Amino acid sequence: MGKVKLEKALQERLSAGEKIFSPFIMAGDGGLDILPDRIKFFEENDAAVIELGIPFSDPVADGPTIQAAGSRALANGTTLAKVLDILEVTKLERAIPVVIMTYINPIIAFGVEMFAKMCAKAGVDGVIIPDLPMEEERLVAEALSRRDIAFVRLAAMTSPQERLQELAKRTEGFLYAVAVTGTTGARREHDAYVSTFLQELKTYTETPVLAGFGVSTGEQARALSEYGDGVIVGSKVVQLLHEGNLAEISQLIAESRSLKV
Amino acid sequence: MSVYTVPDQSGKYGNFGGRFVPELLMPAVLELEKAYEAAKQDKSFLGELNYYLKQYVGRETPLYFAERLTDKAGGAKIYLKREDLNHTGAHKINNTIGQALLTVRMGKRKVVAETGAGQHGVATATVCALLGLDCIVFMGEEDIRRQALNVQRMELLGAEVRSVEGGSGTLKDAVNEALRYWVNHVEDTHYIIGSVVGPHPFPMLVRDFQAVIGEETKRQILEQDGKLPEKIIACVGGGSNAMGMFYPFVEEEDVSLIGVEAGGSGLETNKHAATLTKGKVGVLHGTLTHLLQDENGQIEEAFSISAGLDYPGVGPEHSYLQSIDRVNYTSVTDKEALEAFELLSRKEGIIPALESSHAVAHAMKVAGEMSKDQTIVVCLSGRGDKDLRQ
Repeated sequence: MGKVKLEKALQERLSAGEKIFSPFIMAGDGGLDILPDRIKFFEENDAAVIELGIPFSDPVADGPTIQAAGSRALANGTTLAKVLDILEVTKLERAIPVVIMTYINPIIAFGVEMFAKMCAKAGVDGVIIPDLPMEEERLVAEALSRRDIAFVRLAAMTSPQERLQELAKRTEGFLYAVAVTGTTGARREHDAYVSTFLQELKTYTETPVLAGFGVSTGEQARALSEYGDGVIVGSKVVQLLHEGNLAEISQLIAESRSLKV
Repeated sequence: MSVYTVPDQSGKYGNFGGRFVPELLMPAVLELEKAYEAAKQDKSFLGELNYYLKQYVGRETPLYFAERLTDKAGGAKIYLKREDLNHTGAHKINNTIGQALLTVRMGKRKVVAETGAGQHGVATATVCALLGLDCIVFMGEEDIRRQALNVQRMELLGAEVRSVEGGSGTLKDAVNEALRYWVNHVEDTHYIIGSVVGPHPFPMLVRDFQAVIGEETKRQILEQDGKLPEKIIACVGGGSNAMGMFYPFVEEEDVSLIGVEAGGSGLETNKHAATLTKGKVGVLHGTLTHLLQDENGQIEEAFSISAGLDYPGVGPEHSYLQSIDRVNYTSVTDKEALEAFELLSRKEGIIPALESSHAVAHAMKVAGEMSKDQTIVVCLSGRGDKDLRQ
C-alpha cells in the first residue's frame, strides 16, 4: 500500500515498455455513490493510476471545466471525509493506485494528522496539493511520510533550474510536470518548450515524470509521452464523464498508450 | 512591547501568512519580493513614490478634529484621518501607486487586479493610465450591477473590466479569477492586489505602502494634540487601511488599537463578515489566516452592506496582532454603520464610505465612556458618494 504500491505499479508499466495514462476525476461529480464504479471503469480500461479530486470552493489552479465539476460535487454534498469513507469500504475491490488531489484548506479543516491517518486506512497511495509549494510543504510532508503515502510534487515551466532539481529530488511516486503556463483545461496545442522541459526533468530524477494540464487528445498524450513517462488527463476526462461518453474515454486511453518505446 | 519585526524571511506573521500558491506562481512571488526589497533601499524609487503621493494623490491628508461629532459623543476628542480626500476618494491609491511603480521597475507593462466595490479597481485603473500600463480588472457580476458608476470610471480610464460569473459574484470570486489570470499570464503581468492579503510579500508590501497613513497621523496628532491618542480605530475587511494606520503605532503600547469588522445583520446570524471574531484558521488566496468557512474547509460567503468589507478572509498580520493581543477586533452591524454614515454627514458635512462608517460607529460607542482630555483617531478610509444608491 501507499508509496511503494504506487512506485511499483508505475515501474511495472514502464519496464514493460508502456507509457502511463492517469485520468483525473472529480469525486462526487455525478454523485458520490457512482465513485466506486468510476474507479472500476478506469481500472478495467487499464489506466495506471487514478487521480481523485476532492472539491474546494476556490480552486485557483483550475480552469472552467474542473471548476464546474467541483461546484457540482460540492452541491452533491461531497466532503473529504465521505470520499475517504468510500475509498476505505471499497479498498479490497481495487488494485489500481489512487492519488488524492486537493487544495490545502480542506486538509487543514480535516486535520493534517487525521488526513494522513485516514488516507492510509482508506488505501490512498499518494497526495497532490497544487497550492502547497516547497516553502510550505512541511505542513503536511512529515505526516504523509510517517504513513508511507507518496507526496507528489508539481514542477512548472516557470520554475528555475535549482527549483526543478529540488522538486525532482523531493518528489515521491512521480513528478507532476505542469505542461502549460496556466490553469487546467483543454488546449489546442502545447508550447514547443514543453519537450525541452520534460527532457530536462527526466535528467534530474529516476522517478517517472508525468505531464498534466492541457492534455485532451490522444495525439497530445503521445507527443508529451515521447519525452516524459506519460500523461495525466483531467478536464477532458471530467467533461466526457459528465456527458456520459465512456466510449470516447476508452478510446482516448487506448490512443494515449499506443506509443511503445 | 519589544521591537516589532514581522514578517520573517518566509513571510510568516507568527503562524500566519506564508506563500500558499501553485509552483507556477512561486518564481513571480519571489521575484516580486526581491524587486521590492531592492526598491525599498533605492532613493530614486522612494523619491518617485513620494513625488506622486504628494503631487498626484494629494498627500498629506488632513487630520481633522471633528468637534461637532465630539460634542455629540460627549467624551473623548475625535479626530478623523481624511483618507477620503485622496485622489480617487480612498486610501487604495497609496498602494496602487506603489505597486504600479514596482511593476514598471520589474519591466512589466501589464497589470491585473480584482475589485469588490470598485475603489481598488478605480485606483488601479488610474495609476495604470498615469504610467501607461495595460490594465484588466476582474469584478463579480453582482458587484458590477451594484457599482455601475465605478465600472464606467474604470473604462473611461482605459481599463478592461471583466465580469466574473462564478460563485457569489463578489470580491472573493474576483480574487480567484484575478489569480487564475495571473497564473495564465505570469510572465508579463503583475497582479496589483488591493489589500493586505494574498501570498507573501503582498501583505507586507501593501502594509508598507499604506503605512504613510499612520506615519502622517503620528506626526499630526503630536502637533495638534501634544500627545499620542488613547485609541485608534479603523475598519477591517481585508484590512489595508487598518494595517497602514496601525503599523507605525504597534510599538506604542499605550495606544489602544481597535479593528472594526462588518457585523452585517448581526454576529448571531450567518450574515456577517466578522472573520477574526467568528472565523477559523485556514488557507485562502495564498495565505494562512482567519476565514469564514464550514467544517469541511469550504469558504463561506461573507455578508455586509459595504462591498469593501464583504470578504471571507482577512490579512494574516491582523490574525497575528489578534493572537498576541496587540489589537482588539470588534464588529459593528449594518444598521449601526448606516446610522454613523448619516450622523457624520449631518454633523460634519463629510459623507463617509460605508466601510469607514463602521469605524465611526464604534468610535461613537466608546468616546462617551472616555474623558474629555482623551483622544480617539478614526481612519476615515474613503468617501461615501459611491454608496448613495444603496
